Amino acid sequence: MKYADEFRDPVLARALFARIEELAAKTGASRERPLHFMEVCGGHTHSIFRYGLEELLPDSIELVHGPGCPVCVLPMGIVDDCVAIARTPGVIFTTYGDAMRVPGSNGSLLAAKSEGADVRMVYSPLDALELARRNPEREVVFFGLGFETTMPSSAFTVLEAEAEGIGNFSLFCNHITIIPTIKAILDSPDMRIDGFIGPGHVSMVIGQAPYRFIAERYRRPLVVAGFEPLDILQTIVMLLEQIVDGRAEIENQYSRVVPEGGNAAALGAISRVFELREFFEWRGLGSLDHSGVRMRPEYASFDAEVKFDTRNRRIADPKSCQCGEVLKGVIKPWECKLFGEVCTPENPVGALMVSSEGSCSAYYQYAGVRARALRAEARISAS
Amino acid sequence: MKDRPDTGAPNAPRRRGGKLQVKSVTLAHGGGGKAMRDLIDDVFVSAFDNPEIGDMEDQARLMHAALREPGAQLAFTTDSFVVSPIEFPGGDIGKIAVCGTVNDLAVGGAIPLWLSAAVIIEEGTEVELLRKVARSMRRAADEAGVHIVTGDTKVVERGSADGLFVTTSGVGVIPPGRKLNAGRVRPGDVAIVNGVLGDHGAAILAARGDMALSTEVESDCAPLNALMEAVIAAAPDVRCARDATRGGLASALNEIAEAAGVGIEIDETALPLRPEVKGVCEILGLDPLYLANEGTLVLFVPSDQAEAALAAMRALEVGRDAVAIGRATDRNPGSVVMTTLFGGGRIIDMLVGEQLPRIC
Repeated sequence: MKYADEFRDPVLARALFARIEELAAKTGASRERPLHFMEVCGGHTHSIFRYGLEELLPDSIELVHGPGCPVCVLPMGIVDDCVAIARTPGVIFTTYGDAMRVPGSNGSLLAAKSEGADVRMVYSPLDALELARRNPEREVVFFGLGFETTMPSSAFTVLEAEAEGIGNFSLFCNHITIIPTIKAILDSPDMRIDGFIGPGHVSMVIGQAPYRFIAERYRRPLVVAGFEPLDILQTIVMLLEQIVDGRAEIENQYSRVVPEGGNAAALGAISRVFELREFFEWRGLGSLDHSGVRMRPEYASFDAEVKFDTRNRRIADPKSCQCGEVLKGVIKPWECKLFGEVCTPENPVGALMVSSEGSCSAYYQYAGVRARALRAEARISAS
Repeated sequence: MKDRPDTGAPNAPRRRGGKLQVKSVTLAHGGGGKAMRDLIDDVFVSAFDNPEIGDMEDQARLMHAALREPGAQLAFTTDSFVVSPIEFPGGDIGKIAVCGTVNDLAVGGAIPLWLSAAVIIEEGTEVELLRKVARSMRRAADEAGVHIVTGDTKVVERGSADGLFVTTSGVGVIPPGRKLNAGRVRPGDVAIVNGVLGDHGAAILAARGDMALSTEVESDCAPLNALMEAVIAAAPDVRCARDATRGGLASALNEIAEAAGVGIEIDETALPLRPEVKGVCEILGLDPLYLANEGTLVLFVPSDQAEAALAAMRALEVGRDAVAIGRATDRNPGSVVMTTLFGGGRIIDMLVGEQLPRIC
């Protein structure tokens, strides 16, 4: 397939793997003391597993699967709010596909749909706006979630609704921002990340400047990466080169998509419609200051938080769930006590088992052979 | 068809076309009276026309020489079809309903003979659509060499069904000595598919129109009984076959791995995929291994018969793109593992629930 197969070429991949081996040896990292690279974005996690990249990397490199799966970090209380809105008579509740499966304390949106709520999957908030145009007697709510990648389309849709005077559309805004999240990980006392595989599509919106503190203050390299396997391998090469050279810089591997300064129109729409929340509650990571956005008061008539009773219910993660440690790279998914037994993609306990971008689910589904073997090994050595 | 009241003259020649004058179906067409008889005769019986349906008793009465063979087994299967949209590139609900049931028989080594067709019609459905569906069922039945010998119609209120639901059951005969069974797959056996994967699923997604996607992909919907006969003749020890319908190739392989207690290893580079289907999957965040097929099967043969099976399949239109995609092993029993483009391994698990696209 044109413009995709070129980035999946096994011959080029072999050359990159060889270069990675060579550079990794120069860093002095070993199986016992590996380098930890975190891919922040769930899209990267998905590609890494889909192409089986992790097991082809040398033992001296460990990938830590970060918090960038917006579905995974969604707290139960917000899912409960969604279900409550969706059950309100007259409402058509719309959202992205895999948000529909996230369990709340009382079931998922898919479960609510089966019980009669009008829940529909859309590919874009503009599709939700079109539903609002076609159903003027119904209130159409779009559940907006995700990082800066999906934020602009939510913002533009609200601006479009305002321009057309569509009164029966509202946004349930649960967008999150990437920078405070990376900062929280860097500030965590058990942090052991040596470099970041930077989010590609988020950077397409925000550009590269916001990451500078990572290099300047924390002395960690970050390379903005594309999502094809060769992109990811080249990114690892670039990170290793920085480490070998003793550099910590922000670099851009994904220059075919990500401009230095980001997308001014998208940033403009975001700042017109949204403002930072004091804090946002994350599944697995807890409450992080300024890590989420809400709608500005000027857009209250399009704000589902104003139109509906959303109580921001706070429901604690299950005690035995170790999603937080997995997110920070402290443990591997298969080291969690619940992995694969109590917590499975059919019955996810923790958020990371929900979406195919979640590292536990990805391990379970894609790297299953290895993860199950490692788990069995861990069990044998423990007994 | 059995809802038709007894006319008292079972063998009298009857005119079956041209009775139905209305444009769309009403509840009266399900009421058991003349309107219903007209619908059944004019739309269905006239399209299906065959010796077994002609008697119009409450049951079809069937004879076949293959049944007299000592050791012959009856094969019996049923399936319901609720596809939306009713018509799509490459077929419609009628074609799928016939092919699906024919294929469920064929993959077990049965020679499909007779089908029933039960139709649930939503009030307001256009008669012309029903005629098209019935004609398409007949065409598919002719292609597969089966007769639709009995059936039923029901009409439900608007909103109680989505246009048209069709249930077909099928009866076939498994000749003596044939033992196709997933449990017989052994390490070393070769996995073969008869053609490209995911066409049906991709065609349906595009035809639904929610995505503003336009593609030339057509459903692969086709009867596979002739293909199975050709394979059995060329590779008599073929272990088993499964049609890769709902849940796609991934589900079919997982069922086989579990039943046989073997591992199955497939090679990503060997999987036959149309660039258009890959494109649809890339855009929508779906995995073609889980997309539905309606004319694609996977079968396992001993390795020394793989070439013969492939050659026999490739001689037929429905097997033109037949290719070996992997083999059974004694590693990871019960699991399906795919070697990726780069040589990494990836578990291909059963789908959990519906395949939902990722956010970004």
